[in-house]
Parts: sequence; C-alpha cells; structure tokens
Amino acid sequence: MSLAEDAKQLVQGAMQGLMGKAVALAPDSWIPGGKPDPLIRHQHGHIGKPVTRIDGPLKVAGAAPFAAEFPLEGMVYAAVVHSVVARGRIAELDVTAAEAAAGVVAVMTWRNAPRLKAPPVFLSDPKAASGDNLPVMQDDEIHWNGQPIALVLAETQEQADHAKSLVRATYHAAPAVTDIEAAKAEGTKPGVFMGQPLHNKIGDAEEALAAAPVAVDATYTTPGHNHNAIELHAVTAYWRDGTLRLHDATQAVSHTAWTMAKMFGIDEKQVVVTSPFVGGGFGGKTLWQHQVLAACASQLTGRPVRLALSRESVYRMVGGRAPTEQRVALGADRDGRLKALIHRGVTPKTATNVMPEPFILPTRSAYASETMLLDVQVVELDMLANTFMRAPGESVGTFALESALDELAHALSMDPIELRLRNEPEKDPTLGLPFSSRHIDEAWRAGSERFGWSRRNRTPGATREGEWLIGVGCATATYPYYRMPGGAARLTLTRDGRASVDIAAHEMGMGTATAQTQVTAERLGLPLEAVTFNYGDSTLPGLVLAGGSQQTASIGASVIAAHRALVKELLKLAGNDSVLAGLDADEVGGHDGGLCKLDDPERCESYASILNRAGRDSVVVEAEPPMPLETQHWSMHSHGAMFCEVRVNTVTGEVRISRFLGSFDCGRILNAKTAASQFRGGIIMGLGLALMEETQFDPRKGRIMNPSLAEYHLPVHMDVPQIDVMWTDIPDPHAPMGAHGVGEIGITGTGAAVANAIFNATGKRIRDLPITLDKLL
Amino acid sequence: MNLTVNGVVAALPDDPRVSLLDLLREQLRLPGAKKGCNQGACGACTVLLDGERILSCLTLAVQCEGRSVTTIEGVGAPGALHPLQQAFLEHDGFQCGYCTPGQICSALAMADEIRRGVPSHVTGDLTAETIALDRDELRERMSGNLCRCGAHNGIVEAILETFADQTEQLEAAE
Amino acid sequence: MNPFVYNRAADAADAVRRAAALNAKYLGGGTNLVDLMRETIERPPALVDVTGLSREIAQTPDGGLMIGAATRNTALAEHPLVRERYPLLTRAIVAGASPQIRNMATVGGNLLQRTRCVYFYDDDGARCNKRRPGEGCDAIGGFNRMHAVLGASDACIAVHPSDMCVALAALEAVVHLEGPAGARSLPLTDFHRLPGDRPDLETELAPGELITAVELPPAAVAARSAYRKVRDRASYAFALVSVAAALELEGGLVKDVRLAFGGLAHKPWRAWKAEAALRGNAASADAFAAAADAELADARPRSGNAFKVELARRTLVAVLTDLAGAVA
Repeated sequence: MSLAEDAKQLVQGAMQGLMGKAVALAPDSWIPGGKPDPLIRHQHGHIGKPVTRIDGPLKVAGAAPFAAEFPLEGMVYAAVVHSVVARGRIAELDVTAAEAAAGVVAVMTWRNAPRLKAPPVFLSDPKAASGDNLPVMQDDEIHWNGQPIALVLAETQEQADHAKSLVRATYHAAPAVTDIEAAKAEGTKPGVFMGQPLHNKIGDAEEALAAAPVAVDATYTTPGHNHNAIELHAVTAYWRDGTLRLHDATQAVSHTAWTMAKMFGIDEKQVVVTSPFVGGGFGGKTLWQHQVLAACASQLTGRPVRLALSRESVYRMVGGRAPTEQRVALGADRDGRLKALIHRGVTPKTATNVMPEPFILPTRSAYASETMLLDVQVVELDMLANTFMRAPGESVGTFALESALDELAHALSMDPIELRLRNEPEKDPTLGLPFSSRHIDEAWRAGSERFGWSRRNRTPGATREGEWLIGVGCATATYPYYRMPGGAARLTLTRDGRASVDIAAHEMGMGTATAQTQVTAERLGLPLEAVTFNYGDSTLPGLVLAGGSQQTASIGASVIAAHRALVKELLKLAGNDSVLAGLDADEVGGHDGGLCKLDDPERCESYASILNRAGRDSVVVEAEPPMPLETQHWSMHSHGAMFCEVRVNTVTGEVRISRFLGSFDCGRILNAKTAASQFRGGIIMGLGLALMEETQFDPRKGRIMNPSLAEYHLPVHMDVPQIDVMWTDIPDPHAPMGAHGVGEIGITGTGAAVANAIFNATGKRIRDLPITLDKLL
Repeated sequence: MNLTVNGVVAALPDDPRVSLLDLLREQLRLPGAKKGCNQGACGACTVLLDGERILSCLTLAVQCEGRSVTTIEGVGAPGALHPLQQAFLEHDGFQCGYCTPGQICSALAMADEIRRGVPSHVTGDLTAETIALDRDELRERMSGNLCRCGAHNGIVEAILETFADQTEQLEAAE
Repeated sequence: MNPFVYNRAADAADAVRRAAALNAKYLGGGTNLVDLMRETIERPPALVDVTGLSREIAQTPDGGLMIGAATRNTALAEHPLVRERYPLLTRAIVAGASPQIRNMATVGGNLLQRTRCVYFYDDDGARCNKRRPGEGCDAIGGFNRMHAVLGASDACIAVHPSDMCVALAALEAVVHLEGPAGARSLPLTDFHRLPGDRPDLETELAPGELITAVELPPAAVAARSAYRKVRDRASYAFALVSVAAALELEGGLVKDVRLAFGGLAHKPWRAWKAEAALRGNAASADAFAAAADAELADARPRSGNAFKVELARRTLVAVLTDLAGAVA
C-alpha cells in the first residue's frame, strides 16, 4: 500500500476515532439497539427453532446450482497460466503454439487484454471487494509467484487445459522479498487495520511484567492457512447490451458489482452479479483476478466465458491467512490478577493490500490487566496478497493468548478457568465502553459442568491408557459483533398473506436463508411457508458482506427498518375504519397474519383485510437501517468456553481429539440446528488449525508448494469426534433479534484448547502450529 | 460406444481426455457430482460405477463403455428423496451443500461394502463374518470425502440412522 | 492433459503389442496416471487400458497366491485367503488412500505409483531430477518433511508412496512381467530402484513391459503380521513412516521375521539388516531396538525429516513388541 493510501486510512481512522468518542458518550436511546428489538420478547415462535434448511432438498439432491453450473450458449472454457517467479518482468511470452492448438479461441495476455483501471482494494471503500489493488493483466510486470500471465480460451476445458501447457514464458527476474526473516532484518512497520493502528498501550507493561511475582513470556507461531472451500472458485461471465453479468461464487455480490464497474469504467448497475449458492467461503470467496479475467475474456472473444479455477490456481490466485509470530507475556500477582499483558508480534502482508493479520484483536477486550501493550508489526513480502480467513485475528490470536493463560495458570498452580474468571473486566479494557452483553462466566460454568472439568487430572502426563496419554484443556473463544454500514432490504406483502424479503445477502452454508425466513415470519406474524427470502443477487437492495459474522445483524437491522416502513404503510392503508386506527408504528406488531396492538393482541386486523379494503394486491417497501453506531457505544462481543480432550500416542506422537465441547454466549440463537452446525464447523476448522493445516510457502522462490488438497491437510471424518455444543441463549439487548452471528467464533480458542490439552496429556508445551506428531516425539 | 447414466443410455465422448466427471457435468448436464479438486483428493466427485463408489474425476469417460453410472440425480430428487438424503436434512449433514452429493453417494456404497464384509483400517478382526456399522467404522470409511464446512457429525448421524434402520428392516424381514 | 490415443487391450499379449506400436503407457485405475497427465508431468501419446486383463486371485500349486495385475485393491484386501494368510497385506491396503480410490486402483498400477514430492508435482515451478534429469532437486533445502532418510541421493530424496508395496516387500512377492522380449519375473524388492543419479528411472521395467501378475509365495510367518502406518491425520494421508512386519517365534527365539518400511525411501524398504539381527535371537525389547538401530544406522536425514529416524525406530519396536506378545 502506498504512503498516501496509508495516510488516507489513518485519517479515516482518526475521524472514526473522534466520532467514536461522541457516540460512546451519547445516551443509549439515540443509538441503534438502544431500544431492544421487540422480537427479543417473542419466546415461543419461530425464532430459535431447529428448522431444517429450506434449501436442503436442493442441496442433498445435487440440484442447487453453483457458479460453474450455468451453461450458456456459445460458452468458452478458460485456463490460467501462472508466473513461476515472484518479481520481475515477462521477457518472452510465446502463445503461438497455444493459439494454434485444437479448439483454442483466443489466448489473452497483457498485450491484448482490455484496458482496465486497477481494482479498489477491500476496505479502501465501503463497496470495494478486491483482494489487492494490482492491475489485472495490464502490463508485463510480475508481483508474485503464481500471478496469472495468460488466459487460454477454448471450446472445451480439455482443450484449454492442454493449450495452457503450450504457453512459453521467460522472465527477467528481479530481486524479491519472499523470506520473512530477511524482511524482518530490514525493519518492520506498524500494522494498520480498518483505519486504526494495531496498537494499544496502557501503562508500562514491560516494567510491570518485570516486577510481577509470577510471569510467563513466550513466542507462538502460526503458519499460513488457506480457506479450501470444497467448491473451487468459479465464474461464468458474459456481456449483454453493455451489461456485464457474472454467475459468481461470492460472499460479496454488491461489492463485486461495484468494484468491477470501477475497473471497467461503467455504472455499477451495469454489472449484475448472482450467486445463489456458494460452496463454502470462509473469507476466500471475494473478488480476485479470476472474475476480472473472465469478464475481460468475454469482452475479447464476444462469447460467454466459464473460468473454473483448478485447485492449484485457487492457491496461486486467492490469498489465504498470513503466518504470525506472536509474543505473549503475562505478569500476575500470586492470586492470578494480571499486572501486565503483552501481546505483540509480526506478520507479513503485501504492499498491495491493507490486511495485516490482526492477531491482537481478541486481546483488546479479553482480560482486565493493570498494564497492557498490544502491537502488530508488519513486513511486506512479494507474494500473493494475504486476506481474511475465518476469524481473522481471533483464530490465531487466541491460540497465543489462551495458550499463555494456560501457561500462567500452570505457573500459579491455579485452575485455568478460575484464572480467567478472576481477570474478567468490568468494562472493555481498551475502549472503556460498557459491554452490551457478556455472560462468559455462565458459559464457563455450564460448560465445565457438562464437560466434567472438575474430574480432570491436573498433573500433566499422568493419565495413560495403553500407548495413549490423555489430557484435557480449555480456552476462551471470542469474536466481535460487527454490523457494517450499507444494509437495505425490500419487503413485499401480498393480499394472500405472503411476504418476501429481497436483500443482496449470501448463503454459503450458514443457514442464512432459513434463519432469516424464521425471523421475518416471526416479525410479520406469518407461517414459515408464507415467507420467501431472496438473496444472492446484486440487483437486490443492500450492501451486505457475508463476512465478519455480520450478515445476521446486517440483514436483521435492514429487515427491522423495512418492517417499520411496512407497518407505517399498512397503518396508512388501514385508515380510520380499522381497529388499528390511531395507533402508530411502535405500538403494533405482526401477529397471526395481521397487525395487532402490541399490548392488546385482540385489537388486530389481518393483512388480507387491510389490503382488500385498500384495494391493493401488495405493498412494497424498501428501507435502510441506521448507521451501526451501536458498535461504538457498547463493546459487543460473542464468547465461548472451549473444552478439549486429547489422546497423544507415546510411541508415535500422533494426536487424536477424543472429546470437544463448545459452550457459547452469542446472544440469542436464531436456529438451533443451523447454529449448532456453524459452531461445530468453526471448531472443526480449529482442529485443523491446531493439528495439521499449513500452507507451505517456500521462501526461496516465494512459491506455495502444497497447492493441493492431498498435501494441505484438512481434517477428515476420522479426525473429527462427536462435538458437543451448548449456548446461554441470553439475548444481547442491543443487537437485532438479540442475536450475534455465529460463523466464526467456533475456530477461536480451539487451537489453544487443543494445545492446552496436549500439555495436560504430555507435559509438553507446543507453541508452534500445527502440532504435528514430530513435535511430540 | 455408450454408457448408462441413471438408467439412461448416453454416448461416450470423442475426446478421450474427458473425465467421467466432466462428461456428467458438462455434456450430460448432470452437475450433481462436484469438482472440488480434480485430483482425487476430496471425494466430491464420488459416483457409483456398477454400484461401487469411485472418483469420477480420475476416471476417463472412455473407460466406462458399457458400464452403469449412478449419480446423485439418480439417487433421489426434491420431492422424492432417498431416505439417506432425508436423513441428511434431519441431521443437518451439510452446510454449503457442495460436498454433499459425494458424501451421499459414498455412504450408499459404503453401506454395501460393510454388508459385504469389506474390512477397513479400523476393523478389529479381519476374519470376522460381519462388520458392525459403528461410528469408528463409518468415520474411517467416509474419510475419503472431505467437508470444509464441518458437517461431519451430522453426516455420521444421518448415515448411522439410515442404515441402522435398514439393518433392522432386513432382520425383521428375515 | 496432452491429446492421446486410447486403446483397450484384450489380453496381455495384445496390450504389449499395442503399447509397442503406439509408444503407449498402460492405464489401470488411473488414480495416479490420470492425475499426472492432468499435471502434464506424464505426456504419453497413447494409453493402453489394461483394466480388462486378469483380475483373478488364484492359489498356486505351492500354496501361494497369484494375483492378476488388474485386480482392484479392494478386491485384494477383502479376499478371504489374503485376510487369513497375509493379513498384513489387507492391513496395508486398507491403510492407503480412500475406499473410492481402492475400488479403482489396480495391483499393477499400485506398484507404479509415482512420488508425492511437492517439487516433483510442480511441473513448471520447481526443479526436479525426476522430471528433467540433471536440472537439480528443489526438495533438498525445501519442504522435505515427507522425504527419504534411507537410500536417497543428492539427486533425489523422494519417497515411494505405496502402502501395499511395503507389505508385498515383506512378503517376498514376485512381479510377473510380459514385454516385447517375452515374459520374466523378478522379486518385488528388486522391482523398484533407488534414485542414484537417475531418479527418473523408478523401476526395472523395460520399455513396453507390462505387469501381468503379482505372486505371493507361501509365508507361514505372515500368519502373525501387522502393518502400522503413521501419518499426519487419522486417515487418507500418505505415510510418514509405516512398518510391515511378520514374526514367527519358537521357544522365545525369532524363528522367522519379515520387516519392511514405508515412507523412508525411494522404494519400499525391506529391512534386511534388522531381520538378520533378529533371526535366531531372543524376542526382547532390547533386541527389537538393536534391530531397528541396525537398519537405521545408515539413515541420512535432511533439514526437515530427522524425526523420521526416531519415529521409524519406535514404530518398528512397538510393532514387534505387539507381535511378540500376540505370538506368546
């Protein structure tokens, strides 16, 4: 990122900081969520029910159309040629053999690609979606090992793939920075995330650490990770009447449309992105070069283009989580009260993005400590831009922080749960804001009871069954409540008592469509079957990223706003002849197919009756929610207490997870079935992070060496035990529906819970992920 | 030069490079079998070839001459789901749904393998006549089907329930 | 994938004839070859499909088994006589790959699997003496946690990925071949080569030669046998170390023993030295450890795989200890 861009970010951050102070001091009632969502009081309706996924029948029948499954007349297939050097210029790019190969329609390179502006990088604008800000195939410059240098287009995929192997490239390689250690030796620079420095300082933590009666101080390292959604990134692109249409697999339909429009210099309405089903995202299904290349290729050939990336191409073109090196030092008095909390370290990024892996985020609100020093330093490498991956920051940050807490508990001979509870903060330790909802103590209490924590053997290495040592460990999980600006929703109510919600949101398996159908049905007082939730299309209202676990809140707030507009409209239509006459929007709610006075359920009129009398077939409203000021007025977070039992083989060092429990405090749960799956899914990805996942980046060439599901290990069925999950179900009074998104918290704390259990089993403290068996021999 | 797909005769491709998976997805417009790696590492492309589970991404279509392929589209459709598909719904044995067709096809053949007595890595006694369909056997035998959303527990429960029932029905019938 | 001509062979002689005429590679289950062709590491102008050849598993007059090369891995693993007489072979097969792959993969193809070295797989991005002899080996000094500690060279440190072959090495299997020059056979332990300065040559197969069968001689010792595989996840991963072992005791002494390692070398590694150290001696923990040390004394680990030596030692000792306990 340029200095100018950094400066812009910092100015934005400072503005936010000033605004934040005003918002923090404002009365609750001025703030969104200041008045609790009335749905929080609905105890026996649709909300929370374990409703089976409404899109489930399509998915189990293989009938849900994914992005690579839109066949178009005259479509050509594409294959990507990648650079094999990390920096420099293309010397020769010979595509003649490829062009001459059977079935080849065109070979696109920087020489013949349509001219484009560089993409706005994610976070540089509310609608920006690109993983980096590099021009796409516009010149001969190479920025990373794996950069696309040519796109082969042919009548069949087989022909494109073969022709790809006929492209000959040579390079004028330039010196590249691809080694973190070498880059560190040249100096680091402060990390900036979402406009704010990744730095917090309270008192003199180093001094307090040195003076603390008990202290631990260690370095933890985590490797790069890749999202590895099983669906390969794919897009089908075509132009019609000046409009670019993309069938994409994306977590950001509207962001993608806007960003593509910027690049092509057209209006954002001239880009239509649909993405009805996404085969897993986890932060990886945003805008990368493949959508741009497909759109360019379609322009070049005048034909629809299908670009379905190979697994290797996904690794070469779609960024992953950056590695981290984190020092955590804790100083405490003999009662375990923290005197010093230091969490600092280094992570690599590229000069082309604004995403330092923000591993201190969980620490900012975790524990009360007299002094604190949190800091992220950055080195910039010549590599594919790193990006957001499930719980960026928290996933790897909690590994270090929560391992250190366990080390401190051991040093104090104290129950690690007691140590955590003893350091529960009264208010947010770094922001000074009150917590909107924090019941972590209840999560710990309920979890430890269910897990049987009190029956554990506290002595490391003391429980054995044959070849296997058995141990248990725990850790805190945490993830913020976010709501990003830009939501909007359209509600349509028809005379036959049906309603539909239109919003440019996403379904990647979270159960969004199902849970939001429940919420909308409850809000309107309709049966589930009467509500349709339309999403996954950039022409729908709203700018709703499926990221940061914020989609639930964003949709919730948008539907609240639309619902309020709908109620106002209905009251107007009901007029003076209605039993509702004289009531205002705050006094009525949806109930049993109509509107009723909230405190007098007998005073009702059905939607059908209102619309009939008004002579209307339907009412359509669209509204936007207020800015998400609640996140600057309260400290809003989800929490969890993670418990793990491991078995470690004394002969081979193999680790098996035998039990896992996640006890969560995430506000109100909207759908018990899909939420449980989200929690489990996060935990399982956390087990992968703990035990096996690693993107092997060879610093000699700056090249990822295991771009494959055979060599990058994800947990398989045999690695996954039955995972128990439970939740407090205590609503956050300041969040829509009282709910928090639950997609990311499961991966947080899991790595540390596993590592802490391994310590309890073996007496060995592994601070370097993944915990492969060689580290335990 | 034909093969049969879900009971319907289809022509083999002219280009021998076409995998069975691409024949299904691109030429026969049966996208139920999924492409997750195209290298035999994820199991999303699992289909049944003459009743046995195989990876369609590593199978050349021309090798299937005269053979019978069953894809998820031949297992059950919305409105007429197979009991295993229904159990996947009940137990939430999927999230994004992308690995799901492969998991279901794989599980159907796995149940046959267990009935046939094919041993697995976790089978205790190699000479035993019957193999119990327990969670360990099932997890080991399903390990060739990756799931990134983490629906493993639901998948295992769905399979257990479906085939435990079938076992009971078989016993009752005898 | 390069364009190629597809042929199906009616029998072995037909296959050999066709392959010679077309300069073809033989295609079995395709689980490795199709992948390598897609990666353009293999670029044969023609394929001769040999999956229609013999998949018979027949008893030989001397009480062994003759296994047709087109036999699927699953069929071999589930065969009653294999389970009864050569349990380590069943164990090795079901420790490998996934059920889908085992349903596809043939016995002949399994022998010809190529390494999973990530630098070998990176056709355009890395140097590899297997792919282009003489250009160098990027695995040395790179990610070589999975790589060889025995029998490697400075040209190549790749390992053979098969589990089945490790059991076959311990069982003294014989590989039957047919080629343009006629039929011949050779012991499995001589079938695969060590890399030396020609890591591109992985087996003793002559051009155009076809594996027609694998023969298992009778092996009383195999009645008590085991295959233990250690890997980075609980299933569906290649071995870091594996041990195939069979042990026959008499009066507390080792009467016969067969040992082979997987994951340590460019070929399934028959542990002759460890066997020699044990044969005729007491079956004790010390003896097992000494035998392991005898075999592993020549180990030459690289930057990332020193742990394999200790892991192999421990695994071998544990397997032998288990077998001795089971025998006693």
